[in-house]
Amino acid sequence: MIEDKIFTNQRLINLAIIITAIWFTWFAQNTFDEYTIRIINNVAIFIILAVSYNLINGVTGQFSLEPNGFVAIGAYVTAILLVDSEGMLYQYDIEDPYPWVLALQTNFLWALILSGTISALLALSLSFPVFRVRGDYLAIVTLGFGFIIRILAINSPEITNGSLGINDIPEYSNLYWTGGVAIFTVMAILNIIYSKYGRAMKAVRDDEDAATAMGVNTFKIKTLAFSTSAFFEGVGGGLLAALLTSISPDLFTFFLTFQLLIIIVLGGLGSTTGAILGTIFVMAGLEYMRFLDEPMNILGMETEAMPGMRMVVFSLILILVMLFAREGLMGKKELSDLFKRKKADK
Amino acid sequence: MILEVCNVTKKFGGVTAIKDTSFSVKAKEIYGLIGPNGAGKTTMFNIITGNYEPTEGDIKFHGQKINGIKPFKIVHRGIARTFQNIRLFKSMTVMDNVLIGFDYQASYSYLEAIFRLPRFFKEERRVRKRAIEIMEVLDIAQYAEELATSLSYGQQRKVEIARALAANPQLLLLDEPAAGMNPLETHELAELFFKIRDEFDITILLIEHDMKFVNKLCDRVMVLDYGKTIFEGDIKDAIQNEEVIKAYLGDFKHA
Repeated sequence: MIEDKIFTNQRLINLAIIITAIWFTWFAQNTFDEYTIRIINNVAIFIILAVSYNLINGVTGQFSLEPNGFVAIGAYVTAILLVDSEGMLYQYDIEDPYPWVLALQTNFLWALILSGTISALLALSLSFPVFRVRGDYLAIVTLGFGFIIRILAINSPEITNGSLGINDIPEYSNLYWTGGVAIFTVMAILNIIYSKYGRAMKAVRDDEDAATAMGVNTFKIKTLAFSTSAFFEGVGGGLLAALLTSISPDLFTFFLTFQLLIIIVLGGLGSTTGAILGTIFVMAGLEYMRFLDEPMNILGMETEAMPGMRMVVFSLILILVMLFAREGLMGKKELSDLFKRKKADK
Repeated sequence: MILEVCNVTKKFGGVTAIKDTSFSVKAKEIYGLIGPNGAGKTTMFNIITGNYEPTEGDIKFHGQKINGIKPFKIVHRGIARTFQNIRLFKSMTVMDNVLIGFDYQASYSYLEAIFRLPRFFKEERRVRKRAIEIMEVLDIAQYAEELATSLSYGQQRKVEIARALAANPQLLLLDEPAAGMNPLETHELAELFFKIRDEFDITILLIEHDMKFVNKLCDRVMVLDYGKTIFEGDIKDAIQNEEVIKAYLGDFKHA
């Protein structure tokens, strides 16, 4: 009885959220101007990245610093698959592209799926050496992985056009794509969290030895979490490439990982709702605060333009949030937990 | 014989934690492993559960050698344990803690979970029902949705036992289950273990210091002292054995 109630409650809330999200996508596409739509696109892509990054870092508790690597792989795979051979021959100035690079060509959906799959397979092979040891080794190895991917991208001009990057990628990403994939990602991640796999991931985070003693194959669970987050990071990278229409190795520095880390820590490590809120807060907040960089009129006092003021204020807000909500905005709670709490209070 | 420990020796560098120890546990009995601190009792548990590999000797479960098998696979074979210091999953509810024990028994795949296919619901309902049954036996079902760490010490013990029972063991290893409990709680716990043994049809191997508790509960005991076996057999004989009294039970007669 109890469990049936839990299932239906959760399903109803999920359904309501999906419908709202779909409606919002449609509404935004038809109402907002191009600038706003672009920000929402960005937010949607970062929701994909943050929610999937949170799966390995927050839910499974394995401190890894890999997203920029997998986002780069996803972006490059999508770019190579979308740009036609004519465009490639025109752009690749440093070296001629390999024939197979020229030959590969798919539609957008397949490009995204392949971006995700290749990232996931790489994560899978990476997890064999990495998860043999515990602790901070994962952070170090994944940090190195991000650098290696970037350097490979710079040094294989036959595939990636080196530091020039790939331009004129067809602009397939729109709100329906980014919003749709974001909704799918959030649903998939939540479905994982609320299953035996998610429980096992949390168990690994809380006490790995106790999880083993309960029959959980912790290596398999960590690998699953790592590969899944790599998959969605790859897909997110693909969407990003088709949104920006031009990519270069400089886009995928450690700063990207750092930004995602801020988002999930701010939102609350381990909370999917927190990752979404964190993304909106950071991405939209940074855009909204652009006025701080411009000349202002405060109570009749004219101030000069101060480029960088925005980051100062943003950092202050971050510090304040971390002081007063040490576990982030949501802690480890989800939206559905808040509903539960309210009912219990009544 | 459900569990046979054959001539096990465990060395950590130059230190011999366990020296040539043998004992065997019959099905459905409650067997006690006693001895002073540092005698190697917990080391013995860690060897049985596969966390340590014995330097010499073998562990046999249902006649099959299990040393060298990965710890989580030994759980699948039917040996579950609790810890000396309670180790619950802090961020999870009592229900979720118990459900971890069902991890290997709920048979749906990763993709079935992601796409919420029918088998996910079927299996999830089945294990949740079983979890509630186990919690009812231990009288903690009313706390199912509470955070595990918000319960009292005694209740947390029970959650840990429920979690181990959820792994569907034939042999349950309990590491000092009565530690930190008052005499009344200890008494209740002993009754509970009889109930668990009969209800779940399992064998219990436990480490304990509380001799009253051991006396009440155990059919047979083994006494370890600095890695050596000094006694194995009936509990009644143990408390009259000279060597045992000297090593460990010194003040038992006065107690």
